[in-house]
Amino acid sequence: MEFTGDPAGPAYLDAATAVPLHPVAREALLAALADGWADPARLYSAGRRAQQLSDAARAAFAEALGVRTDEVSFWPSGTAAAQAAVLGALAGRSRQGDTLVHSAIEHSAVLHAAARGKAVEVPVDRLGRLDLDAWERAVSAPGVAVASLISASHEVGTVQPVAAAAGYCDESGVPLFVDAAQSVGRTDVPPGWSLLSASAHKWGGPPGVGVLVVRKGVRWISPYPQDDLYRPQWPGGADLPAVVAAAASLRAVRAEAATESVRLKALVDRIRERVPATVPDVEVVGDPEQRLPNLVTFSCLYVDGEALLHALDRAGFAVSSGSSCTASTLRPSHVLEAMGVLSHGNVRVSLHRGTTEADVERFLAVLPGIVAGIRREAGM
Amino acid sequence: MIELDCRGQRCPLPVIKLAQNIGKVEVGDVVRVLADDPAAANDIPAWCRMKKQEYLGSPAENAFEVRRTT
Repeated sequence: MEFTGDPAGPAYLDAATAVPLHPVAREALLAALADGWADPARLYSAGRRAQQLSDAARAAFAEALGVRTDEVSFWPSGTAAAQAAVLGALAGRSRQGDTLVHSAIEHSAVLHAAARGKAVEVPVDRLGRLDLDAWERAVSAPGVAVASLISASHEVGTVQPVAAAAGYCDESGVPLFVDAAQSVGRTDVPPGWSLLSASAHKWGGPPGVGVLVVRKGVRWISPYPQDDLYRPQWPGGADLPAVVAAAASLRAVRAEAATESVRLKALVDRIRERVPATVPDVEVVGDPEQRLPNLVTFSCLYVDGEALLHALDRAGFAVSSGSSCTASTLRPSHVLEAMGVLSHGNVRVSLHRGTTEADVERFLAVLPGIVAGIRREAGM
Repeated sequence: MIELDCRGQRCPLPVIKLAQNIGKVEVGDVVRVLADDPAAANDIPAWCRMKKQEYLGSPAENAFEVRRTT
């Protein structure tokens, strides 16, 4: 299926999972495939060319994230980068403690890493905002090694108080890891963190590129067998052409971010207002103010989430859901549960630079009929 | 009080049954829903909040009580 921006064609509205490849990424990828195939560690000219590309990409990331080039490393995915951040930081702090403090709404990648050892979960409120008092108590307790906070919820879009959370971590000498997958390329992440991860296909780079930043002075021990450089890095070669494309597209989306945020936020506002006005018994979830510009989530009473996704797919809309029937585990989203909001009939709509006003209008036009049809079939 | 046995049913069916049957008790009376779908513990209280009914809690595993208020 091509997502062409054709007003009558299908609309891909799942940017929080993956954004279609940015044209700059496509161009850079093709160029780097021709020029960046060699091993950058080798001492012949093809290797040196690859090394130059790698250095330039690293420098672009360092500039975009406001860090030093030697603090940036490349991983096979955002998940791999996030898990390396958590496990590497825990190992690096094993003398100080063994406990990971994390919000209840972290990405499952972080929760899976947390399940390896001791962890303390900090709750969120009904809008998905971190409970800062509970966070302060948790990070100041004895035995805490690392704290982990998602920059903004990938499921409901609520932006988290990273600066305040980082302040409490700093007071207790606990390094903070921020999973910034939904923010990098859209909004700046406040400073104060010690480790940060991001994922290129969330901003229009190619899939298969995770970025990890470990600030100088943060002790990090690789969870993998490592070479003698002892720098945070994935224990194999990076996909250099993809990394180059990721760097080039990050620069491009950052240049567009301010205007795109305004445009997408207006479209999201329209969805937030129109869905509850046109569909009965709907709950729009997430913080109405402190939120990602491009993402909106709502839950429809009496609606099977899987049926809703399939019906929207047939109508030409690709969206995601946190409802249990759409998850492999058959459990509702831990994020919706932590917020205490309705988990069935859940739809996450996330927009990107290819999303048009016509896409959104068409979505808003078909949704009420689709929801009504599913409810009718269920006897409601 | 009436009891709705929704064990073995996946969400949103227990919530649909609750909505279809709440009118069968008097205002002030209680409906008990038996449901073992993992979403029920989350979605029955959420339904109560959205429909302005009173969620009384879970007296036993896989049991949820709601008081009709309107």
